Amino acid sequence: MTSARAVSLVAKREFVTKVRTRSFLIGTAVIIAVLAGYVVLQSVLFDDQQHSVVGLSGQATQLTDPLRDKAKAFGIEVETRDVTTAGDAEQQVRDGSLDALVTGAPPELKMIVKDSGNEVLATALNDVLRQQVLTAKLAEAGIKPQEVAESLANARVAVTALEPVDPQRGQRLAIGLIVAALLYYSLLVYGTMVAQGVVEEKSSRVVEILLATLRPWQLLLGKVIGLGAVGLLQLLVISTVGLGLSSAFDVIDVGTLGGTALLTGVLWYLLGFFLYATVFAAAASLVSRQEELQSVLTPISMTIIVAFVAGINLMIGSPSGTTVTVLSMLPPFAPILMPGRMALGVAPAWQVLLAVVLALLAIAAITWLGGKVYANAVLRTGARVKLREALRL
Amino acid sequence: MPEGVLEIDRISKRYGEVVALRDMSFDVRAGELFGFVGSNGAGKTTAMRIALGVLVADSGEVRWNGRTVDLDTRRRIGYMPEERGLYPRMKVLDQLVYLAELHGMSTNEAHTSAENWIARLGLRDRRTDEVQRLSLGNQQRVQLAAALVHEPDVLVLDEPFSGLDPVAVDVMSQVLREKASAGVPVVFSSHQLDLVERLCDRVGIVSAGSMVASGTVDELRSSGEARLVVESPTTEWAATLGGVRVIERNGTRCVLELADGVDDQAVLHAALAAGPVHEFSRQRPSLTELFRNVVTIEGRSA
Repeated sequence: MTSARAVSLVAKREFVTKVRTRSFLIGTAVIIAVLAGYVVLQSVLFDDQQHSVVGLSGQATQLTDPLRDKAKAFGIEVETRDVTTAGDAEQQVRDGSLDALVTGAPPELKMIVKDSGNEVLATALNDVLRQQVLTAKLAEAGIKPQEVAESLANARVAVTALEPVDPQRGQRLAIGLIVAALLYYSLLVYGTMVAQGVVEEKSSRVVEILLATLRPWQLLLGKVIGLGAVGLLQLLVISTVGLGLSSAFDVIDVGTLGGTALLTGVLWYLLGFFLYATVFAAAASLVSRQEELQSVLTPISMTIIVAFVAGINLMIGSPSGTTVTVLSMLPPFAPILMPGRMALGVAPAWQVLLAVVLALLAIAAITWLGGKVYANAVLRTGARVKLREALRL
Repeated sequence: MPEGVLEIDRISKRYGEVVALRDMSFDVRAGELFGFVGSNGAGKTTAMRIALGVLVADSGEVRWNGRTVDLDTRRRIGYMPEERGLYPRMKVLDQLVYLAELHGMSTNEAHTSAENWIARLGLRDRRTDEVQRLSLGNQQRVQLAAALVHEPDVLVLDEPFSGLDPVAVDVMSQVLREKASAGVPVVFSSHQLDLVERLCDRVGIVSAGSMVASGTVDELRSSGEARLVVESPTTEWAATLGGVRVIERNGTRCVLELADGVDDQAVLHAALAAGPVHEFSRQRPSLTELFRNVVTIEGRSA
């Protein structure tokens, strides 16, 4: 039997067993539900700000068209309704079916809102009123209002930005944070899963049968590949659903930005997983029972958590700062920080390349070292194996 | 048909200061059931784990058909470790198919063989149950199936009978016999000496890391000092004979131990001269007695 067949058999078992478990199915469903909820909430909030229902009563109804046009120029959509009785309309404002009620006769209007008024709407309304007053006065003075309007439109400052703000910055930041969060989740969850698998084999002693027919590295590699594939599958399902929902609800411009983020996310997931999974497996091989697992995993989990928490804060604050730049190139932090910075568009190609090369070197070193620890410790049941002993043998 | 010999040649293993094995040697031939007995900590499990490559010996070598055992030959061994090991949350059938595949079978062969052993060992109703849901006895059957599912050329079983109910003991004995008569060398360890005596073609007694006696049960039993059981009214006469020692006296019955070269006919004459003799027989020690002797002697010298 070839090594490739041995590794693929192990990987297949890990993949099939894990994908079939209820925890995987439920976990994925929950994440998708949370994501969908977030997207829908975002789009509802967004819509709320962009869309107002305004009731107009009495003489105010003549403002319907100019108000709608003005509001559109400000980027919000106004739906107007003519109301006959002000009392009823006030009640409608109170229960939320109207966002505002405009009464009175121009130029003295009253706007009634529930708690705080929509500022854009108020500005639009003011503009409309002023326009009307201006038009009336100009007409009185015998000047054509249209000429004045044209002159006004032409009078503007030409602005040249030396460091222009990326109009997509908000979206980029959102995507960067989501990518970092997903990678953080995947590395932590699937790394822990590898560790639990190692201890399960050790505590159930099945490892003794397996190692009578497999070499330790084949078992380790198969396990890492199998569970890594499960993590990748979940990552892809979540991202695809997330991107699909986002584009359906117009929350972010999916197009190239989302696609690139997905690709870099997958690349860094693979690098990060191979880097961390072997460490998780080696640490787990030192203990014999699930209860002891937490103590050996804590230092590794902490590294990932620190990378995430500190990295996210730095990234929001100053994504090009020295600290975050250096950290994002160092192997333990790169899998979480670099994809975030890449999504933000602040990582030059040489930094990405350097981070990838360093990560690959680290993977080679860690796999060699971790494989050695695993091979030495995995058959030693009972008391916790000291790391120094596992390395020395 | 696998034909061959599994040779364990002077393997030694130390754990720090503790010597687990000291130049342990034995061989198991094709078609033979070899029983491996010894007290706890004598080194049986260590020897088996070394044979399977799960442990590495400090010195010595394990050979199959005259060639050093490597990973490929190890795949042809069926192994049942002392600490039973199966995936607790995997279904019986899936588990056996997986293990058969790992030992080099194609997926189809693995399925056929797994189903076959499941039926043989009476696990058909349980084939889609998770192993952890099975009773201990049934888990043992699955464990045996796991050792047999890839139709191995050699069987190495560590305490296969421990924890089995009498029916399962019969099933296990029958399967082992069958395998042996099909030409597979079978080696197993056990504390149930009567079972070993009944089942095995040859037996090896291990103590403190070395093989202290090995051979057929008959050979072992006729080795050692000759003993005679004599029933006669008095036993005073025995003390007058040179090279005869009374080791047990029970009413009119006594057990005598004869030194090398003492003629049992001379003993009979002496007894008859002293009075009537109602019983005169050669006593052969049971495996249990042999074992006890060996272990206590070793224990004293250690």
